[in-house]
Amino acid sequence: MTENEIKNLEEIFEARIARDEKIEPKDWMPEKYRKSNIRQISQHAHSEVVGMLPEGNWITRAPSLRRKVALLAKVQDEAGHGLYLYSAAETLGISREEMYEQLHSGKAKYSSIFNYPAVTWADMGTIGWLVDGAAIINQVALCSTSFGPYARAMVRICKEESFHQRQGYEILLTLCRGTQEQKAMAQDALNRWWWPSLMMFGPIDAESPNTEQSMKWKLKRKTNDELRQQFIDQTVPQAEILGITIPDPDLKWNEEKKQYDFGEIDWDEFWQVVKGHGPCNKERMDARVSAWEEGNWVRDAAMAYAEKQHDKKLKDVG
Amino acid sequence: MKKDWPLWEVFVRSKNGLEHRHFGSLHATDAVMALENARDVYTRRNEGVSIWVVESKYITASNPSENGELFEPAKSKVYRHPTFYKLPDELKHM
Repeated sequence: MTENEIKNLEEIFEARIARDEKIEPKDWMPEKYRKSNIRQISQHAHSEVVGMLPEGNWITRAPSLRRKVALLAKVQDEAGHGLYLYSAAETLGISREEMYEQLHSGKAKYSSIFNYPAVTWADMGTIGWLVDGAAIINQVALCSTSFGPYARAMVRICKEESFHQRQGYEILLTLCRGTQEQKAMAQDALNRWWWPSLMMFGPIDAESPNTEQSMKWKLKRKTNDELRQQFIDQTVPQAEILGITIPDPDLKWNEEKKQYDFGEIDWDEFWQVVKGHGPCNKERMDARVSAWEEGNWVRDAAMAYAEKQHDKKLKDVG
Repeated sequence: MKKDWPLWEVFVRSKNGLEHRHFGSLHATDAVMALENARDVYTRRNEGVSIWVVESKYITASNPSENGELFEPAKSKVYRHPTFYKLPDELKHM
């Protein structure tokens, strides 16, 4: 293709984005749009998959059968959400194996929140309430993202995810209405998860390298800071109902702006965890890689069986 | 002998009376596994009463860069639409 032809295609593409048209896998797209989508969708998929790990540990320890079936269903949804997203990314020409390889080698990132440990049962409640709550805010904004397969996966995920947050909140509500010790456990979990949850929206806009282009291409529909503010404004009244205190002395209602002001986020901690030095980065990747490697023979055996069955069928016909 | 599992496209009929609609894709070694996985991945909340799976490589798709030749000729054929025909107002329900 000549330079002029590419320029022409780029103009047509930008015009389609401006008209809010969806881009589908076989449509022409700038290479950078393709790459940004692969990066964002695959990281989102990795987050769903790694996100199962902190919760998986609690399935056998859930305090009742009701809690156990709910947690199992939630973790199963997360596996499903990972699969929807990997499929969406695959339409852009990257293979599933390539994405796994990027995750396992550390080349691709996943949400840093999953590098924190889930040490008490109250953490299951808090993860559902805050982590899934933050994820929902991100994902609702992404339902109108410009790449068709990603937007469709998001719509499905959003529909399924609201139970995740409600089951978490219900766990906390039960603890907060229980004994002093149970309420203290809920408070402790909030203390540990509040700031990492705010970090889930990513660096502040001024320091987010991808935001500007992603907004222009309607890959992202709201900025990190907008989404973070929305999360805080929505979550503070929910903490009040629980009767536990958000660990931020600077948090207060700003009547003029009609939103909450909040304290400084510890961005050094954020970058430490992103770079691999969080409390559980190594543990999470080890668990993920060993699951993949130890499952290798099963995948090979299933493939060999399918091929054998296929050959047998051909022979029978012949 | 390292072989990746092939990709399958999943179509689900949400209830009798409706057509099967494309729901997404997944990897499986054969058709039986593809159906089983499709059930777990795409119908966890009663989304369907019937599933079709087909290996993605068997789907032939039109190329968007040829959309002009393929679809534009239909645009000028307005006589294929009922509103092309001018009939008196007295004539109801036609």
